[in-house]
Amino acid sequence: MENHVLTLITFLPIAGILFILPVPKENKNVIRIIAAVFTGLQLLLAVWLFLNFDRGTTAIQFREQYQWIPSFNIEYFMGIDGLSVPMVLLTALLSFLCIFASWGIDKGVKGYFAMFLLLDTGMMGVFCALDFFLFYIFWEVMLLPMYFLIGIWGSPSRKDEDGMVRGGPYAAIKFFLYTLFGSVLMLLAMLVFYFNVTDPVTGGHTFNMLHMMDQNNHGGLLNVFNIRLLIYVALFIGFAIKVPVFPFHTWLPDAHVEAPTAISVILAGVLLKMGTYGMLRISFPMLPDAMKYEYFAYGMAILGLINIVYGALCAMAQKDLKKLVAYSSISHMGIVLLGMSGLTSLGMNGAVMQMFNHGTGTAMLFLLVGVIYDRAHHRQIDGFGGLAVRMPIYAAVVSVAFFAGLGLPGLSSFISEAFSFLGAFGSTLFNLKAITIVSTLGIVLTAGYFLWTFQRMFLGQLNPKYAELPEINGRELFTLIPLAVIIIILGVYPAPLLNLIKVSLNNLVEVVAATGTGSLLGLQ
Amino acid sequence: MDYSTIIQHNIGSLSYFVPELILTGVILVLIIADLLLKSERSAWTSVIALAGLLAAFVAVLGQYQMGSRTIFSDMLVVDPFAFFFKILFLASSVFAIFLSIGSVELSGRPVGEYFTLIVALTLGMFLMASATNLLTIFISIEMVSVVSFILATYLKTRRRSSEAGLKYAIYGAFSSGLMLYGMSLIYGLTGTFNIYEISRILNSTSPEPLTLFIAVLLMLAGFGYKISAVPFHFWAPDVYEGAPTPITALLSVGPKAAGFAVLLRFFNVSLIESGTNGDSEAWFALSGLNWPQLLAMISAATMTLGNLIAIMQNNVKRLLAYSSIAHAGYALMGVVVLSELGVSATLFYLTVYYLMNLGAFLVVIINQDLLRSESINDYKGLAWRAPIPAVAMGVFLFSLTGLPPTGGFVGKFYLFASLVQRGESFHYFLAVIGIINSVISLYYYARILKAMFFESSEGQTTSKIAVSPYYVVLLSVLVIPTLVLGVYWRWLFDFLRNHSASIFNML
Repeated sequence: MENHVLTLITFLPIAGILFILPVPKENKNVIRIIAAVFTGLQLLLAVWLFLNFDRGTTAIQFREQYQWIPSFNIEYFMGIDGLSVPMVLLTALLSFLCIFASWGIDKGVKGYFAMFLLLDTGMMGVFCALDFFLFYIFWEVMLLPMYFLIGIWGSPSRKDEDGMVRGGPYAAIKFFLYTLFGSVLMLLAMLVFYFNVTDPVTGGHTFNMLHMMDQNNHGGLLNVFNIRLLIYVALFIGFAIKVPVFPFHTWLPDAHVEAPTAISVILAGVLLKMGTYGMLRISFPMLPDAMKYEYFAYGMAILGLINIVYGALCAMAQKDLKKLVAYSSISHMGIVLLGMSGLTSLGMNGAVMQMFNHGTGTAMLFLLVGVIYDRAHHRQIDGFGGLAVRMPIYAAVVSVAFFAGLGLPGLSSFISEAFSFLGAFGSTLFNLKAITIVSTLGIVLTAGYFLWTFQRMFLGQLNPKYAELPEINGRELFTLIPLAVIIIILGVYPAPLLNLIKVSLNNLVEVVAATGTGSLLGLQ
Repeated sequence: MDYSTIIQHNIGSLSYFVPELILTGVILVLIIADLLLKSERSAWTSVIALAGLLAAFVAVLGQYQMGSRTIFSDMLVVDPFAFFFKILFLASSVFAIFLSIGSVELSGRPVGEYFTLIVALTLGMFLMASATNLLTIFISIEMVSVVSFILATYLKTRRRSSEAGLKYAIYGAFSSGLMLYGMSLIYGLTGTFNIYEISRILNSTSPEPLTLFIAVLLMLAGFGYKISAVPFHFWAPDVYEGAPTPITALLSVGPKAAGFAVLLRFFNVSLIESGTNGDSEAWFALSGLNWPQLLAMISAATMTLGNLIAIMQNNVKRLLAYSSIAHAGYALMGVVVLSELGVSATLFYLTVYYLMNLGAFLVVIINQDLLRSESINDYKGLAWRAPIPAVAMGVFLFSLTGLPPTGGFVGKFYLFASLVQRGESFHYFLAVIGIINSVISLYYYARILKAMFFESSEGQTTSKIAVSPYYVVLLSVLVIPTLVLGVYWRWLFDFLRNHSASIFNML
């Protein structure tokens, strides 16, 4: 098991699909239970990884490396380090919980869970792959199930007041086109890397990411600084669409709002992180000089600022609770960008912690939106009022999630947000002080919209329409409590997460810092 | 060379011409059988045709690893390059026959000569893949064209079918004329029809560049017509829409691949700088004649135009016609790089294109049987009524878009890889156009999927429709390799890589 744990954790869901397919489609519960068992096993493996991961080394662990297509030096190369472990944990946890959040899906159950498990494999693969080609395959494989999950099981197609067609099918294709555009750019960048990087052992070209990270292996076009900048931009756009970074964010409100609850959770909880994960795994270590190119570093910080403030302002303007949560994601992912752009150890650790904490926090938010939508069949914030009287437990859980979202001290995101802001503020490479100060405006706005929403929905007079609304049930609590517990524990005692990531990330910061900026490198 | 040696040489060549001889024999047997069989039993001719194609297949396999040799006084060549194409042609024709057997469009019609024509088309494509002389190139292209005209009009009572055939014939005659004129100019410049001789003479003398350019441009009209490249594509949508669907499917893979065979062989043998091929992985175009850039422009125009017009189509056959134009543009990307990787990428792409495009047309045929319609609107909700063809369509369309884990992705990956490997600026330009086109194509392929999966059928028809097991078998024959090639394609690519450079063997 030691040697194949990553293959197992990645392909367990596919095995689940093989078990689901022969089940007659009337046996809906059998299908659901199979999906739960396989994602549960995956979660157990992830916990095992968490316990056995060596926190003291920067080396790649649990690596598996086999030839796949030797004539093109494509390898099946899996391995994880401190950057991937929290993402693997997050993916496994959210996938497992989302099976339960999807229990109520009643149409095409078999197809739904098969697609969901395929999506799970794709996500896990992205975080474990260390061969660029393999990474790309997993990256793209996710798109297909996502397209169907949003299109078929999302909200039906409808015409808005302005005559525009909206709904699941529209959101699905919009998501698909945006991300496909990003990934084909990444494909080109990947090919340029392949043909200009030599494997130090064999002398041939290679897709091995570790070889690509070693600047000594770069040659040909990769010695031309302007080309490196160009590749960096191509990669950045590819990843930025996924994050999403302003101005590539417009697919997100559509996709998140139209998707079924569990898929919104996966989208916000895991898929968004792939963008920033890609930057940290690929762009930063492979093109450190381009990252340190000051226009790009400041550009990234400014985009982070725009995400934070613009996202928060948009969230504040929303009437639809789910849309509010969607925009809050844009805002929170901006903090990740800002934390990364300073290239400090503090900011980088903060950014990755924020990726994890936003994953758990936003998952809670989307699950909670699902809970109220299942009962009231709408999500208009102003349509509620005084719900705390009728649903006290629900209100309590929502308050945890909201306070986590606004970064209340004692809850996990406070620490990661503080780290990110302080890291960017204290950057010695770039002067990000002004940008950081303006960005903190986002915190105020976030507190504003979360508290205002809480007030409008839960306090005041109970809307008589909802006097009979049932309280949150056991299954829903089962999906929420683990996340709430993690949020509170990491808020009080962040060491488990921090210890997991810091060695790898500090190493990344050192590697990037050791490279001169492009102009100082003396590259032609 | 006196006559007796020529005769001896030709007789000696016959043993390398067995597959073609078998096909010729089958054509004769089919004509006679069609006369003897009563009309209600004319379906038996399909069995004869299949048996004949199978026999030809065995004979072609006998040529595996035979090396390269020219036959019939350098008129034709037998080499691994042609071997690959012959297998592809046989596979196309066999599949087209299977499609025709099930098709409702053709039921109740005498089909004896229909199968005869498919075999004749196969013979023509065989000759295209092995032609090494401008005359054999011309004759084989004409043979394929004329047979295609008749096949396209086979439903003579259907107006669109007749119209399609007429358009096809007029465009065909026009482009053949242009090509013939180009060939005569080449003959005027070099004094020979032999493509290897042409290469030697063009390299040793320096012909008038403008004349040569015009000659090549005119010949491109002929080749471009066969692969339906812009601006010689106008026939394709009408013909694809009007022809019986099995023939549309066949035309979109077989003759198109044959066109690529001729194009690759002629351009890479006759119009390159001598001494730059052979051992090296890449070679250069004849100095003074920048045909790679010309083809790059055609490639970019072909895929862009095909994709943009496809967006507006509501008839699935017509949509697939434009998509097939676009795919000719993609495959051309591998031709412009002049490298071993480029040629193998094109061959690889033609192979996966065979699978995914035939697959898409197969689903169109199945839906035609089920719904009597080819309109996207009538596909609504089909996934819930007939899930098997819908899921298969998903696989084929994603493969056509170029998404993993399908063969279409690997095919496009190698095409882009060959462009990046060669890495001149226009290669990057073409690659960027290629990736943007992939995104555009997703939009219209997804329209079909959206109708099938996301929308519910109008009216009361929500009942399940049974799909005959015959079609399920045919679908799986195409779906499985499409997916397998997306995950494990090592053997196929290595085979192509080792054999693609054989076009130079006789140079």
